[in-house]
Amino acid sequence: MLYAFLCYNNEDAVFSWTQEEDNAVMAALDKVQQRLIEKRKFGPAVRLMPTTAATTLRKDTDPPLVLDGPYAETKEQLLGFYVIDCDDLEEALSVARDFAKANPGGAYEVRPLKLFVPGSFER
Amino acid sequence: MSELAWIDAAMTAARPQAIGALLRYFRDLDTAEEAFQDACLRALKAWPRNGPPRDPAAWLILVGRNSGIDATRRASRHSELPPEDVLSELGDAETPMAERLDGGDYRDDVLRLMFICCHPDLPPSQQIALALRVVCGLTVPQIARAFLVGDSAMEQRITRAKARIARADVPFDAPGAPERAERLGAVADMIYLVFNEGYSAADDPQRARATLCGEAIRLARLLLRLSPAEPEVMGLLALMLLQHARAMARVDASGQIVLLEDQDRSLWNRTMIGEGLALLDKAIRHRRRGPHQTRAAIAALHARAARPEDTDWTQIERLYAALEVLEPSPVVTLNRAVAVSKASGPADALAMIEPLEGRLGGYFYFFGVKGALLTQLGRPAEARAAFDRAIGLASTATEAAHIRNHLDRLMKDSASAEA
Repeated sequence: MLYAFLCYNNEDAVFSWTQEEDNAVMAALDKVQQRLIEKRKFGPAVRLMPTTAATTLRKDTDPPLVLDGPYAETKEQLLGFYVIDCDDLEEALSVARDFAKANPGGAYEVRPLKLFVPGSFER
Repeated sequence: MSELAWIDAAMTAARPQAIGALLRYFRDLDTAEEAFQDACLRALKAWPRNGPPRDPAAWLILVGRNSGIDATRRASRHSELPPEDVLSELGDAETPMAERLDGGDYRDDVLRLMFICCHPDLPPSQQIALALRVVCGLTVPQIARAFLVGDSAMEQRITRAKARIARADVPFDAPGAPERAERLGAVADMIYLVFNEGYSAADDPQRARATLCGEAIRLARLLLRLSPAEPEVMGLLALMLLQHARAMARVDASGQIVLLEDQDRSLWNRTMIGEGLALLDKAIRHRRRGPHQTRAAIAALHARAARPEDTDWTQIERLYAALEVLEPSPVVTLNRAVAVSKASGPADALAMIEPLEGRLGGYFYFFGVKGALLTQLGRPAEARAAFDRAIGLASTATEAAHIRNHLDRLMKDSASAEA
């Protein structure tokens, strides 16, 4: 089963990290990722720019309304996500715990995928 | 990251909101700061034990408010000390507190705090120092290093700034829309001052001032979160990201400034450039011109050029012309002249800057540009005179060394022309 790991954290805190702290977290996460890559379980991974770079198109009006900022003003913001192939929820939660050790604070929402399209561009 | 580092980052991030709210309660900057400090000390004990709270700012405000009230009572000796056990009630209190803090209060608290730091009674150097101390939470020695002054001199500067604020009329009512817009503009300008203070110090050996650029970017992000639809704030953040992206390429191994056209563009930070361009895109959609957006658009044209010869100087010249209208200043005209020299040659550019000499006679960069233009026009004697004046006005060793390079090149060229 493919699971999305939606990464939520306090954006102010994450963007207060020094470059060294940021590098340290990325290196710790990379170790967890490497284990998953070796097992061929690691799918796309995305780190998002701050919510200040976001624009939201509200489509419940006609014509849709374009608003500056993220969809929701929340204490913790969606800052990125992984797609990982896990046998079951137990394994998914164990992966999430490994990520959590590398990057404390905030939360991972672990949600199974209904549809997965690998995409059409190379980067 | 260690637990301590995470807690430290959470407290730094919560600081503007927490101090802003505490300032609203106590109406005194020192009391608010002390209350926050006290709350942080308690957090260092409580958070590792109980785990960090969902909303660190709300936790710090609640604890800080209690401790500030304690302190006020102790000072007045009217009532006995309240129970030490305040923390145990926090679990229940945190959620409604966080809800109350949502929305308008939060925005106005942070904006007020930043606005107080750029009070018109304060000279710019005090504004920057106060903002770095109060809003960013840098220590006095950190700020002193950034300004290349001693700790006690900086302590005094901040104390003086606070004393002026205490005497000044600080508005605590929720601002109306025009006041809010006015505060936003003043705060944006103050943030740009902080950034420039760091940016102009690329040669600082300890890189202490480089942190100022990072702090300014953090403040601008916060400001944009508070006012997400403000194109000038987007422009300001875009501008600083696009300029700061070049930090690694601006200084060589020996600490010398490397000019834009000589920089190794592979050292530019693509993540920052990407974010800057995205923000500028958002700003332009609003179709409301402003100086920060215009400067960001100029920086974006540099960022988009893969090689110096790919730079769209004609467009840059147009943007400087627009900036001259928005914010007339001889320095802007000087920068426009540099673009003109690239787009249509040094003669036009020299004609443009010659009338500025009266107003820019004390400006290092003016004579640097003039010398470079005269060199290009094949007038080495006049060029040398201009470079000599630039050296005399240089405020850092790096600036002087940069001009000396020009002079050396001039000497070599004239020597080879004679040979």
